[in-house]
Amino acid sequence: MLAESLFFSAVLFTIGVVGVLTRRNAIIVFMCVELMLNAVNLTFVAFARVYGVAGQVFVFFVMTVAAAEAAVGLAIIIALFRHKQTVDLSNINLLKG
Amino acid sequence: MRDFLLSIGYNYWILPTLLALPLLGALLVLFTGRRGAEGEDEVASGAARGPRVLATAVFALEFVLSLGLWWAFDPTFDGWQHSFDRAWIPSWGIRFTLGLDGISLMMVLLTTFIMLLASYGSFTSIRRKTRAYYALLLVLTTGMLGVFMALDLFLFYVMWEAMLIPMYFIVGIWGGERRIYASLKFFIYTMLGSLLMLVGIVYLGTHQPLTTVNGVLTAVPNFSYEAALNTAQFTQRGALWLFGAFFLAFAVKVPMFPLHTWLPDAHVEAPTAGSVVLASIMLKLGTFGFLRLAVPLFPTAAMHPAVRTTVLVLAVIGIVYGALVSLVQPDFKKLVAYSSVSHLGFVMLGIFALTVQSVQGALMVMINHGLSTGALFFLIGMIYERRHTRLIESYGGIARVVPMFAALLTLVTFSSIGVPGTNGFIGEFLVLIGAFRTTPVLSLIATTTVITSAAYLLWAIQRILFNALDKRENEHVPDLNRRELILMAPLVAGIIWLGVYPAPVLRRMEVSAEKFVRHVESKSAVRTAARER
Amino acid sequence: MLLQHAATAGAHPLEGTVASYLWLLPLLPLLGFVLNGLLSLTSAFHLGPDDPSADHGTGSHPVAHDETGGGAHGDDHHAVQRHRYAGLVSLIGPGVLIAAFGLALAIFLAMRGLGEMHAPFVQRYFSWMTVGDLVLDASFQLDQLSMVMVLIITGVGALIHLFSVGYMRDDPGYPRYFAYLNLFVFFMLVLVLGANYPILFIGWEGVGLCSYLLIGFWFSEKANADAGKKAFIVNRIGDFGFLIAMFMLFANLGRLDFLGVNATAGQLQFGGVVVTAICLFIFLGCAGKSAQIPLYVWLPDAMAGPTPVSALIHAATMVTAGVYLIARSNVLFSMAPAAGLTVVLIGGLTAVFAASIGLKQWDIKKVLAYSTVSQLGYMFVGVGSGAYVAGVFHLMTHAFFKALLFLGSGSVIYAMHAAYHATHSHEDAQDMRNMGGMKKYMPVTWVLMWAATLAIAGVPPFAGFFSKDEILGSVFLRASHSTLADAHWLGIPGSYILYLVYVIGLAAAFMTAVYMTRMMIYTFHGPNRTGEKEREHLREAPWIMTGPLVVLGVLSVIGGWFNIPAALPVGPIGALDRWLEPVVGESALRAAGGTLPEATHSLEYSLIAVAIVIALAGIGFAFARLKPQRLLPKAQAPAEHGFGRVLENKYYVDEAYDAAVVQPVVDVSRGLLWRGIDVGVIDRLTRLIVQSKDDDAAPGAVPMGGWVTRAVGYLGSQLQSGRVGTYAWVLVVGVLFVLGAFSFR
Repeated sequence: MLAESLFFSAVLFTIGVVGVLTRRNAIIVFMCVELMLNAVNLTFVAFARVYGVAGQVFVFFVMTVAAAEAAVGLAIIIALFRHKQTVDLSNINLLKG
Repeated sequence: MRDFLLSIGYNYWILPTLLALPLLGALLVLFTGRRGAEGEDEVASGAARGPRVLATAVFALEFVLSLGLWWAFDPTFDGWQHSFDRAWIPSWGIRFTLGLDGISLMMVLLTTFIMLLASYGSFTSIRRKTRAYYALLLVLTTGMLGVFMALDLFLFYVMWEAMLIPMYFIVGIWGGERRIYASLKFFIYTMLGSLLMLVGIVYLGTHQPLTTVNGVLTAVPNFSYEAALNTAQFTQRGALWLFGAFFLAFAVKVPMFPLHTWLPDAHVEAPTAGSVVLASIMLKLGTFGFLRLAVPLFPTAAMHPAVRTTVLVLAVIGIVYGALVSLVQPDFKKLVAYSSVSHLGFVMLGIFALTVQSVQGALMVMINHGLSTGALFFLIGMIYERRHTRLIESYGGIARVVPMFAALLTLVTFSSIGVPGTNGFIGEFLVLIGAFRTTPVLSLIATTTVITSAAYLLWAIQRILFNALDKRENEHVPDLNRRELILMAPLVAGIIWLGVYPAPVLRRMEVSAEKFVRHVESKSAVRTAARER
Repeated sequence: MLLQHAATAGAHPLEGTVASYLWLLPLLPLLGFVLNGLLSLTSAFHLGPDDPSADHGTGSHPVAHDETGGGAHGDDHHAVQRHRYAGLVSLIGPGVLIAAFGLALAIFLAMRGLGEMHAPFVQRYFSWMTVGDLVLDASFQLDQLSMVMVLIITGVGALIHLFSVGYMRDDPGYPRYFAYLNLFVFFMLVLVLGANYPILFIGWEGVGLCSYLLIGFWFSEKANADAGKKAFIVNRIGDFGFLIAMFMLFANLGRLDFLGVNATAGQLQFGGVVVTAICLFIFLGCAGKSAQIPLYVWLPDAMAGPTPVSALIHAATMVTAGVYLIARSNVLFSMAPAAGLTVVLIGGLTAVFAASIGLKQWDIKKVLAYSTVSQLGYMFVGVGSGAYVAGVFHLMTHAFFKALLFLGSGSVIYAMHAAYHATHSHEDAQDMRNMGGMKKYMPVTWVLMWAATLAIAGVPPFAGFFSKDEILGSVFLRASHSTLADAHWLGIPGSYILYLVYVIGLAAAFMTAVYMTRMMIYTFHGPNRTGEKEREHLREAPWIMTGPLVVLGVLSVIGGWFNIPAALPVGPIGALDRWLEPVVGESALRAAGGTLPEATHSLEYSLIAVAIVIALAGIGFAFARLKPQRLLPKAQAPAEHGFGRVLENKYYVDEAYDAAVVQPVVDVSRGLLWRGIDVGVIDRLTRLIVQSKDDDAAPGAVPMGGWVTRAVGYLGSQLQSGRVGTYAWVLVVGVLFVLGAFSFR
């Protein structure tokens, strides 16, 4: 049971990573980041099944952080969009130095 | 006089004051007057008055303060006088230590004297960015004095580098047409050598004997001069390498053949006061480095037969070569530059011939060359301000137009040639008679310079001062003004006084010179056995 | 100033007498120099503007010189009115000399009053250069030898100063002239009074310096300035030798003062390499200063200076410094017979060589110049052979008659100049072909010049006869009885050399008589060639100039009577011999091999007879062969040919030196040393390191290093893209790397 859950989480995580690295749209990147976080949540729940309830507690932490991070991140994207009229990540290099 | 000075504690505060005063003055100068507009002739507009007067006043104060050293110095004591010692970077064994002996005493006096004249002599020749210029002169002074006074190797190095930067700017900003090339060449030549010296210094400072610190046997770094002299550890081969490092640094500065080619360019392109400072003081730093560091720290290496012979031969080559190349220079300033190569060759000959007479002679040549060549460059600068050319062929017969200038130029020429009665003779005579005892053949070859120096200088001044007055532009050249006369007076006085009565100067340097000779003689026999590993 | 006296055995008998004012002797002319120099500068100097870089021409003054034409392109020779300070200078210049002569006379009388004075009187003033075991004081030494020199310098010098007052009266550089002349006398006195070699050397070089200034006095002419420069540089070649001799003395004896050297010279091996080398180097110095072969070439050129200068410097005093030096170093020379032979040989060769050139010179001063070189050769023959008194004796008589000859020719030139000036002619006032028959216009000068000519030719009872005869006689006697005769010179026995020199000396004496008579005939006798219009302006020089001539004339007659040889018991026999005995007597004995050579009276008489015959024969030969009426003025004179031309061109020695020495040195310096090594090799190596890119050449190592650094930096900067995606990739790669590193430990 555990192995299948972990495998499923790994797949989801990988999909998320690939998405973050390759997608150009900032919203999609954020969705992929959420996907990664949820994959991690799944991993925690799977392990909680075997090793105790601490894993499930951790899920709450992760979900809180994910929510906060999504809120802040989307706010940044909106500000960026207002400035550059695009959310295409390949064109945004304000930190270039 | 001596008692008065001692009663005011002169011995304690004089050396740090001599270092600090010019820096303070530089800061003040930077805030005087107003910033000139781009391309503004600040002398004509009056903007230069504040900086130049303030700077000259600071220099005058500096000189007067340093004069006290003449009386306060004890000619019979062979240790360091007027010492000042404070901890600086204790974890590295670096202390801020200053001190004087007979050799550095005369160099310090020469420096403060010449810098005062240099500042006073720049009044009308520096016309742009005058605040920066006078501030740089002041900083330069601190650097040079620091080199002469430093008794800590780290401090010595810091000061050595510190004087490069103002000189680079002085040549690079206020110089002649090829000034960038000249200043860059000067900087890189000197820097290369200095970096090697830094390696040597670090090695000396860190290779001190092992002592127990907190129960652990460590080598406590100690960068003091005394430590390097007495306790630094290195093999004989190490000594040769270290000597080589120091040698390169100082040989460029002297300048020794064949590392001398930066000098003609630097001198020609530098402004008048820059040339004066370069010739009178900065060249002496090289030979001073030999006297203070390179030779006493590594006597076995320095007096190793191959090394010693090479240096002596190079020195004599410099003497003869410098004189011969001077003969064919069309530019008067370049001629004097090459003559400096020739004169400084005498100093190297005197140092490495290692007799009391030759070492004292070398020191006298250092002082005398500072006066004579400084005076020559001042005179060249004065005529350049009037006619804006340094080419000898542009002149001719001007002795009838500028008799005072002609008289002074003739006198200074004879001093440079070394006519007895002038200061130039004393140094050359002592070097040659001393060197003759240890290297008669080389000394004989070096003596031929009495012929060649007369040839190149007399021919030059003949083409400038005598012969027919055949060029229209030369007919209305004005003679020297009051400021220039006042400037030349102390130089002329020094030239005659040191030629007739050099005894007080010789007396003050005697103990240090003898100490040097004895130290090298004893150590170069003894150290070979002790250091062999 | 400390007056300390050399305590030999208690105080010197001269101490406390007027001789304690010895220091005043050179100080008087030095004072004259300072005063005259100030007068000269202040009258010529105009203070310049405060800012010389500002536009000049607005406040500057015209060229400071005479008021008439000539402008900036004229020479500095002619003025319309006398110098502003001329009167004052005329008092100061000769005044200090007369005062110095008076003092010298007083000191001389004090010395005479002592009777015998064995030790020299030394005054030490201050420590000059004391370094380690080298102890050099500024001190003066007065003994019989220096007294003779001092009297000559101040006496003849004073006369020449007086002459100059007339000769240079219209010169715009009048104060400058007397300043230099005074300075010269100062240095000359330092030379003869110095108590050690370096102090002597101060005077030695100092007179060279003044000679330079005075020869090139009218410096607007390049030829004059060239002559001055040549004199100084050739002198310096000699000075090189003198310096080496001093170094060797110090290295071997540890002393440089005369008393010390004389005392310790015995440590050196008699006739050994060291003492011979020292003496040869000293002689090199003498060859420079006293114009002997091969360094005589500056003296004829030195005639470019004013004639009184030629009289004082290049006849009476400076050139005799070399003879003085050898006489002063008599102890050393008496120990080196090989060196003595060298001196004698070169002196003899110079005597005859220069005399031969004098036979064909047309410039009256050049004749006298070569005559001086020749007579100096005689002096060296004397001192070189150990006959120190003979050499100094000839020095003295030569000072009298040569000064007279030069000043006399100066009077003639003065008259010629005045004549040409009046007719605005530009002919050569010094060429004998333009003279002739001057005895009609300048009778006093004519008589006095004949007195000098007879003296130099060696006709008794004139001065030169006694001194020249003593030299030649000494050489002849020493050829069979001296250490020189016993020694060898490059394998040749010394006696051969000495006999050869005797014969050469006779030949030179003959030629001397010939060329001097030739000079007199062409100048004073025969028809006048100066020109119709000029003739009316020729007259005797003013009395300020002729007066000194008379005094010198008298001295030329009686001057030889100071040292009459024993064979002619008519007057003070050997006065000079006895006077100089304490200084040179011992060395003369040593050089002669222990005892002085004796001559029978018959031998003496025959030597004297030979000398007289030669002199008279020369004069007669000249009168017989030379036809002044066939001479043409210089402008129309035909060129010489054959051997005469060689003589007229002085055997082309100057040209040879120029081609063999001067040009090669300049060419090598320029071509090889400067262009070749400095610029070609060293700078090229430097450019390998320093050359920046904006010049045409390839960049050097240092800028290359800069370029490489910038390239690497550029690559690094690519990492900073500012794009989040890149950063994310880097992060992932980094994490994988770290994980991998931990896994594959």
